[in-house]
Amino acid sequence: MSTILSRFRVEYKQFRLDTDLEFPDEGVTVIFGRSGSGKTTLLRCLAGLERSPTGHMKFGGQVWQDASHNIFLPVHRRPIGMVFQEARLFPHLTVRDNLNYGYRRIAPEQRKITFGQVTDLMDLGSLLERRPQKLSGGEQQRVAIGRALLTSPQLLLMDEPLANLDTQRKQDILPFLMRLRQEMKLPIVYVTHSLSEVLQLVDTLVLLKDGKSAASGPANEVLSRLDLAGTTGPSTVGSVLTTTVVAHETEFGLTRVQFRDRSLYIPEQPLEVGSSLRVHLLAQDISIALGKPETPTSVLNMLPATILEIGPTDPKRSSVNIKLDAGEPILATITRKSLAHLQLKPGMQVYANVKAVKMVHEIEEY
Amino acid sequence: MDPSIMDWQPVWITLKLAATTVSVLLLIGTPIAWWLAHTPSRARVWVEAVVALPLVLPPTVLGFYLLIALGANGVIGGPFQSVTGSSLAFSFAGLVIASTLYSFPFVVQPLQGAFEASGRTYLEAAWSLRASKWDAFLSVASPMAVRGYLTAIVLGFAHTLGEFGVVLMVGGNIPGKTKVMSIAIYDHVEALEYSQAHWLSVGLLLFSFAVLLMVYAFNRRLPVHIA
Repeated sequence: MSTILSRFRVEYKQFRLDTDLEFPDEGVTVIFGRSGSGKTTLLRCLAGLERSPTGHMKFGGQVWQDASHNIFLPVHRRPIGMVFQEARLFPHLTVRDNLNYGYRRIAPEQRKITFGQVTDLMDLGSLLERRPQKLSGGEQQRVAIGRALLTSPQLLLMDEPLANLDTQRKQDILPFLMRLRQEMKLPIVYVTHSLSEVLQLVDTLVLLKDGKSAASGPANEVLSRLDLAGTTGPSTVGSVLTTTVVAHETEFGLTRVQFRDRSLYIPEQPLEVGSSLRVHLLAQDISIALGKPETPTSVLNMLPATILEIGPTDPKRSSVNIKLDAGEPILATITRKSLAHLQLKPGMQVYANVKAVKMVHEIEEY
Repeated sequence: MDPSIMDWQPVWITLKLAATTVSVLLLIGTPIAWWLAHTPSRARVWVEAVVALPLVLPPTVLGFYLLIALGANGVIGGPFQSVTGSSLAFSFAGLVIASTLYSFPFVVQPLQGAFEASGRTYLEAAWSLRASKWDAFLSVASPMAVRGYLTAIVLGFAHTLGEFGVVLMVGGNIPGKTKVMSIAIYDHVEALEYSQAHWLSVGLLLFSFAVLLMVYAFNRRLPVHIA
């Protein structure tokens, strides 16, 4: 596996981007940060739309920018596809001509995807003769994604493609993004300020804060870091697990999924046995018990776990975050009173009671 | 009023002058408008002010300096005369130069507005779809600026039709060479030939109205609307 290496320094009047990153050139890399954190500037540097005077960027074996040798590959010569927050469809062209715009500019032998494949993948067949102004926001964004795919990019850059859409439209687009991730071997860099909308997609996570990278790595590793809990938004503290569907218990309306050697019951999912599913274990939905209860309990999901780390305690807050190893790192939020009462220490064997499991394809509003 | 007494020569000269001026203005106005719409340079406001000068200057001021510049010893007229052997002042070529300067803001400003309205966003999209800067200009920026071009052509053309002071100063009043409609009307009125003055004036009025009407009607039907 090769990587995307980048080092950018950009300075504006009240803002500065200073990053030095390496991420895999496969799967979905999410660049997450609040507005003003520099995430869009970082993406624009990767695209070549912004030129960092001392920048350096390497995509696999190709050098796209090397300021010390005065190398800068202009945007139109980079094998990228770019999807902007606003779809930016050309208003003087039909949907068909928008889709063809980049496709016609690629040499036929470099085309790895056909017009028909893209219109099928993004379900654009009925829109082709329309004008962009006559499309809904979600349809426009699907055309924009299709238009970018038709340039057979080696890297797809997406700048908050769902930000301008309402919750329903986000739900409509997400399956297309998941298909994109599964069916095309195309690395995607995805910028967002709403982590919950991409939990289903993210493989690698980069957290940006004030123009600097606060953390980067495999998504669950970053998400379960105690020092970062809270920086990703209140409803995302927790961990994201990639599980496999192992059985359905239809009479109880449950599906059993597995990760590592542990299993979880979740509400029944319309998925075949063997298919993979991402679930989100919110820290607030997990409690800790020292042993298996002696009397029967209604809790279905009890995961044997080891305490890895106890988060910082804050006298102003009643709760504290605990990091557990349950095959995968997971987080639990308990009260400080319970922490004192149970005398929890790193290394202790405990049980994590999972009160609820969220499906990450349910986008929530903040 | 008898149409047979109408002198058509000033009409042809006027139309030829307006068409030539607009063509020249589109050629040099486009890059200037493009630069003004996209440059972050501080020189921009200076250039904008210079471009707008003909809007506020009395035509006689512009005409006076042009006369000096185009004259046999002027900065433009001098070299021109030594190369071609003929004078720029009181010639059709001189009129074109004068009209170009005089109508400059009427072409540059609508183009600049159109380029600013479509902005960088669509260009960036075009570049990311493998279009070079030149390709993106031709395939995206220009068609999106079609309303701006239409306005520029009409305003430039109409403004040249109506000019009087500058032409009088630079071109003089040479029948068949530099005598345009506005001056012909003035001459007829001076000579109390009201009938001839009427024919030219009514013609100019109707023509101008018809052109503007056509433009506004066409403009409404254009597919490109940029907020």
